[in-house]
Amino acid sequence: MIKATVYVTIKQSVLDPQGVAVQGALHSMGFGEVDSVRIGKYMELNLDTTDRESAEKRVIEMCEKLLANTVIEDYRYELEG
Amino acid sequence: MKFAVLVFPGSNCDIDCYKAVEDTVGEPVDYVWHTATDLSPYDCILVPGGFSYGDYLRCGAISRFAPVMKEVAKAAAEGKYILGICNGFQILTEAGLLPGALRRNLSMKFRCHDTVLKVVNSETPFTKDYAAGEEIVIPIAHGEGNYYCDNETLARLQANNQIVFTYKDNPNGSVTDIAGICNEQGNVLGMMPHPERAVDALLGTDDGKRMFTSILNAWRDRHGAASVR
Repeated sequence: MIKATVYVTIKQSVLDPQGVAVQGALHSMGFGEVDSVRIGKYMELNLDTTDRESAEKRVIEMCEKLLANTVIEDYRYELEG
Repeated sequence: MKFAVLVFPGSNCDIDCYKAVEDTVGEPVDYVWHTATDLSPYDCILVPGGFSYGDYLRCGAISRFAPVMKEVAKAAAEGKYILGICNGFQILTEAGLLPGALRRNLSMKFRCHDTVLKVVNSETPFTKDYAAGEEIVIPIAHGEGNYYCDNETLARLQANNQIVFTYKDNPNGSVTDIAGICNEQGNVLGMMPHPERAVDALLGTDDGKRMFTSILNAWRDRHGAASVR
């Protein structure tokens, strides 16, 4: 079993309204040092394989096809096991 | 002329679309389930608003892989008319049939009210019964209607006259006030506002009516039949 952790975030060049709203809330609570907030998605995928190399290829394919919309989002992933 | 209204799990404007076709042009119209694998009998495909697949992951991301979407791509390539409204617009961008993406509204609010649209391009099969530059009132109801595309894509949209509608008062933060765009060929249109909810003065506005008469007239022009008003 390989565990893939996928993180999807709005691209730096694209405004993230959720992040801006949370930053505003943090500022109003007194956490003025928060320069910016980006909010993203965290996904855990358990893959029924032990072949790390092919698992990585498949995860990239999953990200490109479905998990991230590469027009507005970036993704990164980690593999364990 | 035959219309199809696609139905995904979570579509909630499918009945409105169906009724709008019945009430405005009175042409045959069918509901078509998302598992369908043949759209060949239809001349116009309406991709309705709603929350397909619960909008999980991203709006339209999962519907884009429904079996019927392969047929939608095929119909688009054949030059058939495809109109995506609200969630339908999100699905068409996710499917790559239209460029760009829809982001969360800048205000973070779900906006549900009438908007004033400017008809920028009245040459499409969907807008030929409007005048260029005309202002019309069509309601919106969305949380993620903030249209985004990069500068290169925007320049292309502008150069090819693909921006079909813009908002007078931008309600969601869309790039250059974009409310609706079409593909390069002009036979696929996506828009966040709901023309199907604006087909009777009882609803507050009937400015959406002419979208449906436009489609029928465009189709009749192409097929050498008489136009309707």
